[in-house]
Amino acid sequence: MSSEIPYIVEERPDTGLNNATLGIWLFLSSEVMLFGALFSSYMLMRVGAAHWPSGASLLSIPIATLNTVILISSSIAVVFAWASLKEGNFAKFRACWALSILGGLAFLALKAVEYNKDFAEGLFPSSSTFMAIYFVLTGLHGLHIIGGLIVNSYLLGPGAKMHKEDPARYAHRIEIAGIYWHFVDLLWIILLFPVLYLL
Amino acid sequence: MEHAHEHHDLPFWRKYIFSTDHKVIGLQYGITALVFLLLGFCMMLLMRWQIAYPGQPLPLIGSWFGENNMPGGVMLPEFYNQLGAMHGTIMVFLGIVPLAVGAFGNYIVPLQIGAPDMCFPKLNMMSYWVYFIGGVVMLASFFLPGGAANSGWTSYPPLADIATVGQTAWLIGMVFLITSSLLGAVNFICTIFQLRTKGMGWDRLPFFVWAQLVTAFLLLLAFPPLEAAGVMQLMDRLFHTSFFLPSGLVVSGQPLTVSGGGSVLLWQHLFWFLAHPEVYVLILPAMGIITEIIANNIRKPIWGIRAMTFSVMAIGFLSFIVWAHHMYLTNMGTTISAFFQFTTMAISIPSVIILTCLFISLWGGSIRFNTPMLFALAFLPMFGIGGLTGLPLGLSSPDIHLHDTYYVIGHFHYVVAPGTIFALFAGIYYWFPKMTGRKMNETLGQLHFWPSFVCMNLIFFPMLIQGLAGMNRRMYDGGASYAHNQPVLYLNTVISVAAFVMAAAQVFFVINLIWSMRAGRKVTSDNPWEANTLEWAAPTPPGHGNFTHPPEVFRGPYEYSVPGAAKDFTPQFEK
Repeated sequence: MSSEIPYIVEERPDTGLNNATLGIWLFLSSEVMLFGALFSSYMLMRVGAAHWPSGASLLSIPIATLNTVILISSSIAVVFAWASLKEGNFAKFRACWALSILGGLAFLALKAVEYNKDFAEGLFPSSSTFMAIYFVLTGLHGLHIIGGLIVNSYLLGPGAKMHKEDPARYAHRIEIAGIYWHFVDLLWIILLFPVLYLL
Repeated sequence: MEHAHEHHDLPFWRKYIFSTDHKVIGLQYGITALVFLLLGFCMMLLMRWQIAYPGQPLPLIGSWFGENNMPGGVMLPEFYNQLGAMHGTIMVFLGIVPLAVGAFGNYIVPLQIGAPDMCFPKLNMMSYWVYFIGGVVMLASFFLPGGAANSGWTSYPPLADIATVGQTAWLIGMVFLITSSLLGAVNFICTIFQLRTKGMGWDRLPFFVWAQLVTAFLLLLAFPPLEAAGVMQLMDRLFHTSFFLPSGLVVSGQPLTVSGGGSVLLWQHLFWFLAHPEVYVLILPAMGIITEIIANNIRKPIWGIRAMTFSVMAIGFLSFIVWAHHMYLTNMGTTISAFFQFTTMAISIPSVIILTCLFISLWGGSIRFNTPMLFALAFLPMFGIGGLTGLPLGLSSPDIHLHDTYYVIGHFHYVVAPGTIFALFAGIYYWFPKMTGRKMNETLGQLHFWPSFVCMNLIFFPMLIQGLAGMNRRMYDGGASYAHNQPVLYLNTVISVAAFVMAAAQVFFVINLIWSMRAGRKVTSDNPWEANTLEWAAPTPPGHGNFTHPPEVFRGPYEYSVPGAAKDFTPQFEK
């Protein structure tokens, strides 16, 4: 009796996809709907508000800019990691992958500094609807970063054993984790940073 | 069957509790969901007593519910509100969706497309257990101070923002249920795209699989906005933000000390952006089930199957742009109302196409009237009434009169109760032989069907009359305190008695289900209904990995009574 699930690594000819690639894109489409709903709420509250503060007047643009640079670098490191793995340079892959994880940790640390600064200035979620949506959007994004870091660290640590047993499948896992990581980075770069800080 | 190749190397808890086999997970979903359906139904029976006999102590079991809820057996208004909110929540999110999608989808879809399992078996297991936790959170909330959520299943703010702590549990429970649905939806879409067996092209996919595919897309894309809304309401409740609290709100004579500036309409938009597609999540798998059963029992091809397939896709698309027809009575404006009125009328067209195709399919068939077919046939006019009574609600001017009346309750219950739930019963009777190797008892089946069918109409038709007379829903005393309700008040007793009789009829189903598992008549082949689709090619019950050898598909799913063929069915899997 064949109970093997096909197309785990190789592509199905008529869809041109393997299972997890389709899965991660579907998952990301639901993430788009999640953050899309929050962004729509932001717009609805903003157009309905009598006064809407500019992000620059309340939040720290230098910290956020630094965080943007960190996330872009982290995404680039992921690309290099995957390319190195495909070339068979496992040591270089490990270095780049670890670097991207460090980037995520640095982002979270800076975000914690920024939250503390907000609290010290008396800015809480209950202060205004702007601060409320700011904390919800950045908080949910932070949770996504933490989730990504857990998976990526697993792939660097105990999950890396698969590299010896089934290198093609391991490279595939790295690719899937990379797609997710690019998504959470892009979320910050093209949505949260411009909308909350600059607009 | 002799060829059941069970893998006996897994311990009990891996095989039946934390199983990754789609069939075990399907059964787990099915049993859990049936228990929740029963619970939700019992809550409604309690409410029906209060509505028909307001202020009178519930005989015999009235003292079971504690002095906080029913002192002396008389229901308190607070408890009535909890039951109302939780009846809706449990029926929709914990009963019908898990049964229609989690149970039937999980069990049948991989079999019908010839797959060994779902695409991501571990994710599948997680999806069930996250759902289970969500259900436990929901039920446990009854024991919190102030009881369970009591702001209706729609949880409209500002009421829900300032409600007792049960509402917080409701939101946390919903986050679990939404996560479960998302995991399931990704899994279903991947399975249907990736794991179709050799020869199973899109044009040969059974309608049930199409319905599940569209349903999965609805779950995938419509649920996240509710998750966003749930997070925001949690923030409002726990961190005193004002997403849904406008400025200048006064509660119990005291100004509310929040920043304000929020919008109550925002919640309604986000909630209905999920909850309208959710209606189609409830009905599409049901349509899929009855199409399979009708095709099998009329012994001829389904008329217009291609039109039905395109209709189900059209419904899926349109269901995302009808949500604000729930909000005509808010101040969102006539232009927006006109838009949603138009899309609402548009979405009725594909629904009518599907129903019409099924009705026309009956013409000239040599129909077998077994229990699954009776339920499937009853679905057609019942869903028809449910759908057609929705049209006046979809038009903004009659909705001004009908909004929030019993007419609305009658309408959507016609869709979901004698509609979807009948289809689910039909599915249980139909696929039971594949799951257990035994048929359910016909006599008990008929004893279950006929009283249920009669009582469903005695329950929900009078509600349409009460609603047209202007009787509001969610009334603790059943509307007795309003003068304009007096002429239709006697119907409360009719409805409640019919509900109690219907409860008694369900006993036949429970007995049948349990008895048939042990002592039902054994089926003599893998294909007892002489059906065409692929699940009947698998051993009975299917072992781990489903098929003894990978099946191949040679034709469409509904080729019954092909001229010149030796028998009146030509299965997809026979050359």
